[in-house]
Amino acid sequence: MAVLILADHDLGTLSPSAPRIVHAVAELGPVDVLVLGEGIGQVAEAAATIAGVAKVLVGQGAGFAAPVADASAALLETLAERYHYVVMSAGASGRELMPRLAARLDLMPVTDVVAILGPNRFERPIYAGNALQTVTSNQPKHILTLRASAFRAAASGNAAPIEPIDVSGISSAAKVIASHRTQSDTPDLATAQIVVGGGIAVGSAEGFQLIESLAKKLGAAIGATRAAVDAGYAPNDWQVGQTGKIIAPDLYIAIGISGALQHLAGIQGAKKIIAINSDAEAPLVKLADIALIGDLFEIIPQLISELDKTGLKR
Amino acid sequence: MKILVAVKRVVDHNVRIRVRPDGSGVETNGVRMSMNPFCKHAVEAAVQLAEAGQAEEIVVVSIGPKPATDVILTALAMGAHRGILVETDAELETLAIAKLLAKIVAEENPGLVLLGKQAVDDDSNHVGQMLAALTGRPQATFASEIKVTGTGLEVTREVDSGRQTLSLPLPAVVTADLRLNTPRNAALPQVMKARSKPLVTRSAADFGVDLAPRLTVEKISPPLERMAGKTVGSVAELAAFIAGDVSQMEAL
Ligand SMILES: Cc1cc2nc3c(=O)[nH]c(=O)nc-3n(C[C@H](O)[C@H](O)[C@H](O)COP(=O)(O)OP(=O)(O)OC[C@H]3O[C@@H](n4cnc5c(N)ncnc54)[C@H](O)[C@@H]3O)c2cc1C
Ligand SMILES: Nc1ncnc2c1ncn2[C@@H]1O[C@H](COP(=O)(O)O)[C@@H](O)[C@H]1O
Repeated sequence: MAVLILADHDLGTLSPSAPRIVHAVAELGPVDVLVLGEGIGQVAEAAATIAGVAKVLVGQGAGFAAPVADASAALLETLAERYHYVVMSAGASGRELMPRLAARLDLMPVTDVVAILGPNRFERPIYAGNALQTVTSNQPKHILTLRASAFRAAASGNAAPIEPIDVSGISSAAKVIASHRTQSDTPDLATAQIVVGGGIAVGSAEGFQLIESLAKKLGAAIGATRAAVDAGYAPNDWQVGQTGKIIAPDLYIAIGISGALQHLAGIQGAKKIIAINSDAEAPLVKLADIALIGDLFEIIPQLISELDKTGLKR
Repeated sequence: MKILVAVKRVVDHNVRIRVRPDGSGVETNGVRMSMNPFCKHAVEAAVQLAEAGQAEEIVVVSIGPKPATDVILTALAMGAHRGILVETDAELETLAIAKLLAKIVAEENPGLVLLGKQAVDDDSNHVGQMLAALTGRPQATFASEIKVTGTGLEVTREVDSGRQTLSLPLPAVVTADLRLNTPRNAALPQVMKARSKPLVTRSAADFGVDLAPRLTVEKISPPLERMAGKTVGSVAELAAFIAGDVSQMEAL
């Protein structure tokens, strides 16, 4: 029951989701990892070190410099013949690609999987995480996306063989003509151990620098609510929730965030939640492990200097 | 250009849903239903393209039970021209929905198909991509901006690292994200006018599509409840808690 994982990567670096996806599917069968792109030698080498990987397939070509769904799906369709499972992380690429691939193969995909209960039994959240669906699939093949944050990472130290594959002759009707990326040296949101999130109450893009300085102090990734993103205080790729990224950090610090259903959908996997809010009745305060009631503009600078006093280093 | 917009009737996004105690599903009896929010953005995008003279006709289609007529009427009130209800009482899987929509696309031959990026009940995020595959059209998912450029489209999409702009030829399939626009609320005269716009009902069974589910839903269960914690009285206490928690993390 062979498994093929198409791994995400960005700026020449393998996504931290990859070892988690490998670990999640390791029991299903021998795991091959495919990387697609240009100048991705280091990505392939990183994938080869993940424990449990049998082989790394590398598809390099100009057509995949900025891969587009129709080309990637067409390539995967040819490779899928040899595998029982084709798997991606449930990030933006997996979400756009796997349903397209599944339809081409006349299969019903199972997406946003948070638990693999058996070779053909999966659990996935519905209704913004307010219900969990357990499904079985008796299809000949399984097209899956997994929420990386729900799984632990595989160890490293492997040296799997790396094999180039031919991707010439695959082209795409759509072309990437521009990318606007968010400049930030904070950790990957979807797999971060600590996340500091800011809501609309932060009040401005400058105000968000307060959130960023606390995040820096803690070596944390930064999250935001849809309201904060819509207001232009934070970039869209920081949005956490039903429509944004799903996080499962050890610690989530929510600052000036009410805790709407759609935001909670993204943070259910957090081990501990701290809420800082002026309203003791805010839904997020009601479910936080620790809450501090007060004005964020007074609290955050004080918190940073108190943390300095504790000598905390990350 | 003709635009086809697919809209789904779902439990209203403000409703806090309840899982039936017997695990058979989510309680939808007596629950407020409305148009899936992402579909509203898709309809609004179509109407704005028509207002800009870039589309002549907007056809809306919904697949679902008779009351799904309501979301078609909402779209007609927003400015769509005609509606199609593909009637079924079954809860169809996304693959079956995409196959039915592909039949409608074959009949209507729209230059652009607009859908929501995801339905907030099943949270699948499948149908647009599947429809693009079944109709052999390029796709642009999670759109936050759509520009018509003569023979094609330029679509800005929300991706994991920020935003990306795709250029794609028509005909194409685009799925709408929430920052694409601000959907209008139709005024009463438009709501009244919508009732006189053409709306046909057809049976899902008449399309010759295999609608049988591929997956068996074993059960629907509620998620784990979070316990309320405690409120601390000072920033120093909070800092001590964070420092303690973080040092434990490092010990892992
Ligand atoms: C289809 C759909 C999808 C959505 N998807 C998402 C999603 O993915 N992610 C998401 O986040 N939202 C999403 N939303 C939006 C969501 O419903 C809420 O509107 C949003 O999460 C609210 O953001 P907020 O908490 O920043 O703002 P608010 O709800 O306005 O809360 C602000 C909070 O700040 C507190 N506050 C105010 N001033 C201060 C101060 N000085 N100090 C401390 N606290 C203060 C207030 O007490 C309040 O609790 C979605 C909505 C829809 C309809
Ligand atoms: N029953 C349906 N009728 C019409 N359109 C639908 C239906 N189900 C899904 N769609 C469309 O597909 C989009 C994505 O839905 P989903 O893949 O189910 O998350 C929705 O926003 C709609 O535009």
